[in-house]
Amino acid sequence: MTFFFFIFAALTLMGGIGVVVNRNPVSSAFSMIISFLGLAALFIQLDAYLVGILQILVYAGAIMVLFLFIIMLLDIPKAEKKRFPVFTLGASIVVVVSFATLMITVITRSDIGSAKLPPIEPVKGTGSSDVHQIGELLFSTYWFPIQVVAVLLLVSTVGVVVLSKRELK
Amino acid sequence: MDWYIILAATIKIVVFVFLVTLPLVAMSVWAERRVSAAIQDRVGPNRVGPAGLLQPVADGIKFLLKEDFTPNHVRKTYYWLAPALTMIPSLLTCAVIPFGSKLFGEKMVIADLDVGPLFVFAVASLTVYGIVLAGWASNSKYPFLGSVRSTSQMISYEISLGLSIVPLLMIYGELNLGHIVMEQAQNGWALLPLWGDGLSIKGWLLSIPLFISFVVFTTSMFAETNRLPFDLPECETELVAGYHTEYSSMKFALFFLGEYAAMIIGSGLAVTLFFGGWSLPFGWLTPESVDAEVPFWHGLIHLGAFFAKVILFILFFIAVRWTLPRFRYDQLMRLGWVVFFELALANVILTALLLMWLK
Repeated sequence: MTFFFFIFAALTLMGGIGVVVNRNPVSSAFSMIISFLGLAALFIQLDAYLVGILQILVYAGAIMVLFLFIIMLLDIPKAEKKRFPVFTLGASIVVVVSFATLMITVITRSDIGSAKLPPIEPVKGTGSSDVHQIGELLFSTYWFPIQVVAVLLLVSTVGVVVLSKRELK
Repeated sequence: MDWYIILAATIKIVVFVFLVTLPLVAMSVWAERRVSAAIQDRVGPNRVGPAGLLQPVADGIKFLLKEDFTPNHVRKTYYWLAPALTMIPSLLTCAVIPFGSKLFGEKMVIADLDVGPLFVFAVASLTVYGIVLAGWASNSKYPFLGSVRSTSQMISYEISLGLSIVPLLMIYGELNLGHIVMEQAQNGWALLPLWGDGLSIKGWLLSIPLFISFVVFTTSMFAETNRLPFDLPECETELVAGYHTEYSSMKFALFFLGEYAAMIIGSGLAVTLFFGGWSLPFGWLTPESVDAEVPFWHGLIHLGAFFAKVILFILFFIAVRWTLPRFRYDQLMRLGWVVFFELALANVILTALLLMWLK
């Protein structure tokens, strides 16, 4: 099974690199889809079927379609060669250094390899599949956050409608 | 026994995808031409083989031998990638459809997942990339307009497609297609609760929301597979041939294979969800449980029952294509967003109320 892990991890990373390296925005979007698919496969390998499938359904299947759609409609020309991009370079260096510091701190402080994760207790009174488990938790323990997120989504939907309809009567 | 699992899975993949679904694609192309001919009082292809049954083979040879022309103005990589991207997801969705109960002690489903219908929707939502890239890579007006139409159409109808089966999942409390079929085999099909526990007031009341969800599901399936009356992406009178205008020979054929494969899997899913999958009516020859042993000839009959239902459903698809006129584009979008989306949502609430009341 580690064999498959390496394949899909490589796929995810290659997709990620492709997003950054490609000059053509459509190629970048496409690399991102590949990266999402690899990530979904990694989730499924961890027996988190629902999370993996939702990753494909929501991100690869819906959000990236809209991304690709907009990029194609705008017909962005290939990134032009500018003079030395000082600000871009400076900003990227700051981001990379801070991210690397964060990762190194987390990895050195954690006890990866020696620690064992606590076994997951199945929620009572439900089926065995992870769909049942997640559903039960979402609508019992985490009912309040779910409602808040739902309201947030509703607000943003209304906001989009208002913004896109400039002339309101 | 690791090698045994891998071997069994490989055999199932080869048999169900390449020896069953692909020939079924070819046969449904033939059936489409024969049925359309019958509807229009013509004869249709009847020269190659008995009753023209070998016509798909002749078509296939023709497609392979034609010049594979790549126009100069296209974006080459994506132009080549697009036909494959429409075909592959359609075939991948075969993985979770239960084709039968059991043969040789093996479940007749390639991957017995607990997220069956979600898997189908997730993978089927990737077919849109093939069409989008085909339109964009062709670098020409009509294909691009076709792909823009297709994208917005597929995204809109995906929502009602997903919502339409929620009532069914609520009633069965299951996402595993094999378990849903078993439940229907024992207690009446979703749309035909005539035996077992289905033969009660509860069963009959619950068949009302199930019928609504069946109507929404089937109509959305037509829109998702770009079939008439919703084939606006390739609407000949407006867009020449839509997104595959610039394609020729086998690449062109791959788009068609993808469309028909999607239609077959859609039929398979509809049969599985609403017409009891591989089960026979009135609980005949129904195994005790999902894991119970099934005699060899029962297994064969179950496979036969599944394919008989799928073929009937494909004939229904074809009959609809040749009897209904095409929608106008704004009508199509309004139908999707204003009628079906609301209908599916209301249906979910209706089912929840019915389930609470009947409890």
